[in-house]
Amino acid sequence: MTAETVQPQQPLLRVQDLKIRIQMDNGVMNAVDGVDFEIRKGKTLGLVGESGCGKSLTSRALIGINPKECETSGTIAYRSSQEPEAKGEALDLLALDPNGRKIRSIRGRKIAMIFQEPMTAFSPMYTIGNQIMEAILIHRTKNKKEAKKLALEMLGKVGISDQEKRFDQYPHEFSGGMRQRAMISMALSCNPELLIADEPTTALDVTIQAQVLELMKRLQQEFGMAILLVTHDLGIIAEMCDEVAVMYLGKIVEQAPMKEIFRNPKHPYTKGLLRSMPRLGGNKAKRLESIEGSVPIPVNMPPMCGFYDRCKDRIEGVCNRQSVPATQISDTHTVRCFLYSDQKGGQ
Amino acid sequence: MLQYTLKRILLAIPVVFFISVIVFYIIQLPPGDYVSNYAAEASVAGEVFTQADMDAMRADLGLDRPVYEQYFIWIKDIVFYGDFGFSFNYNKPVLAVIEQYMGLTLTVSLVTMAFQYLVAIPIGIYCAVKQYSIGDYFFSGLSFLGMATPHFLMAVILMFLSYTWFGDPLLGLFSAEYVNAPWSMDKAIDLAKHMVIPVIVIGLSGTADLIRVMRGQMLDELNKPNVVTARAKGLSERKILFKYPTRAALNPIVSTFGWSLTSIFTGSTITAIVLNLPIQGPVMFNALLGQDMYLAGTWLLFMALLTVLGTLISDILLAWLDPKIRTEFRGT
Repeated sequence: MTAETVQPQQPLLRVQDLKIRIQMDNGVMNAVDGVDFEIRKGKTLGLVGESGCGKSLTSRALIGINPKECETSGTIAYRSSQEPEAKGEALDLLALDPNGRKIRSIRGRKIAMIFQEPMTAFSPMYTIGNQIMEAILIHRTKNKKEAKKLALEMLGKVGISDQEKRFDQYPHEFSGGMRQRAMISMALSCNPELLIADEPTTALDVTIQAQVLELMKRLQQEFGMAILLVTHDLGIIAEMCDEVAVMYLGKIVEQAPMKEIFRNPKHPYTKGLLRSMPRLGGNKAKRLESIEGSVPIPVNMPPMCGFYDRCKDRIEGVCNRQSVPATQISDTHTVRCFLYSDQKGGQ
Repeated sequence: MLQYTLKRILLAIPVVFFISVIVFYIIQLPPGDYVSNYAAEASVAGEVFTQADMDAMRADLGLDRPVYEQYFIWIKDIVFYGDFGFSFNYNKPVLAVIEQYMGLTLTVSLVTMAFQYLVAIPIGIYCAVKQYSIGDYFFSGLSFLGMATPHFLMAVILMFLSYTWFGDPLLGLFSAEYVNAPWSMDKAIDLAKHMVIPVIVIGLSGTADLIRVMRGQMLDELNKPNVVTARAKGLSERKILFKYPTRAALNPIVSTFGWSLTSIFTGSTITAIVLNLPIQGPVMFNALLGQDMYLAGTWLLFMALLTVLGTLISDILLAWLDPKIRTEFRGT
């Protein structure tokens, strides 16, 4: 961290009351319903949850690249330590015009993103080199030669050999793992402060997965960037994250440091998730546990706990009557469950 | 790539030969021949045509020989002398007839085509980007209307409108005073004026079609993850639009360009007849009606050749446009 940093405790990014609503034929879907979290400099926050819990929408909302059907509200306070924003106040990314110049100067430059499908995230029409250089040409230099040099350097850093040849190849000539490496090199080519990784290894097989995660960790140390890791895989969380936020039905139901989540989970959903994880040396005769039921669709939901129908510990008359407030268990651990709340009575 | 192209051209030779046989067979199919047609018309006009006259005429035109012999003479002359036979109707070699109409046909067709692409592609892009907007509904409605309206009806309507508004139905491609005049600026302007209606009429359904295709392709492409990636890189919406979805959506449109080759060279027949355009379509039509067999045969053969060639061009364009196919060729 540089000496210039005024308040070292200030997080890089603070998301408050983020809501994403999507107009459907049968009502409004509250895809993301009041999410708060912080991402600290150089640290990794994991956002875990099942498919459809709103974690991808949340991550994309940070740089305003959701489709225009998504009505987004809340604040995303971004406090850069790099020039030119370094000395200024926090910048509310949500208040910016999503197609404007300001947000575009942050996208790819300060906050970069990698995606789940390295197959389709690259356009099949242009060479890998062309697509990596594009980000560099927007943000770092107008000189094509220099951009190419930087791109080749990045390709080397992510472990792609024979860069000169690879540079002129098309995405279909790369394997899945290679493509994800190329994608990482593209995202990191402008030395961002925050990398949003949306299921970065889901489409890869296990050995490649491990390599890519290893690579991300190494580059995180080298570049000192923060990572927001969106995944449904608790194994990846355990390996990568400092901090974990568990998301269910558009809400963060539990948030704590990584070790705390694994050792001392509080929310019934978090517990269920952990129980449904296969373990080495586990009882083979026993079936792996799963969480009963399926995720409801958050359209026209009354104020209640979204996990109510699937919860083993539900309190009738409480959990299905009102929305659940967040409870602070310790300095770093919050949970959104009436089991730990003093406000059980409600009204 | 070169090897592939050569292979395709070699493969096309037997195909064209086979087509030529079928073509010759088809033009012999209708009952009677040019002479009996001619005699029938002559007798309507009051002339007397005896059997002997007809036989003499047949011998004169070589129509008394067996069909296969006629075919081989025709093919032999094409292959060795580039002579496609004689048009009985025009009393000229077939090639001279075709040549006479080729310039204007190509002009009308190419202008029509340019009109189609220039109008349809931007509208298609617009409709996809602003899906379900009033503009999208308007153009979609218009394009369905364009696809459903018969050409000749459209031609008649436009001629009527042109007559009521400007006092001239703009028939043909030239005003009377310019038909036989040498080329001049005024003649060119006159031609341009006369081309408005044919280009709109002939181009309309093609334009409507292209709008639908382009819109559909763009909608597919706009939702691809590579667009989101580009956005996450900080590219502006306009640059993204033209670099990624549009480029990808143009592929199928450009690659089907070859298929329109035949229509470029023939022009639209029915519209041309309605509008009295001096282009190939009506010439071909009359040749078939009058059993002007060498002219009709040459035309059918020519169209078949263009179809084969067009498909080849399409395949090459597709290979050239799609990096996936292109690199496969580079590999071999």
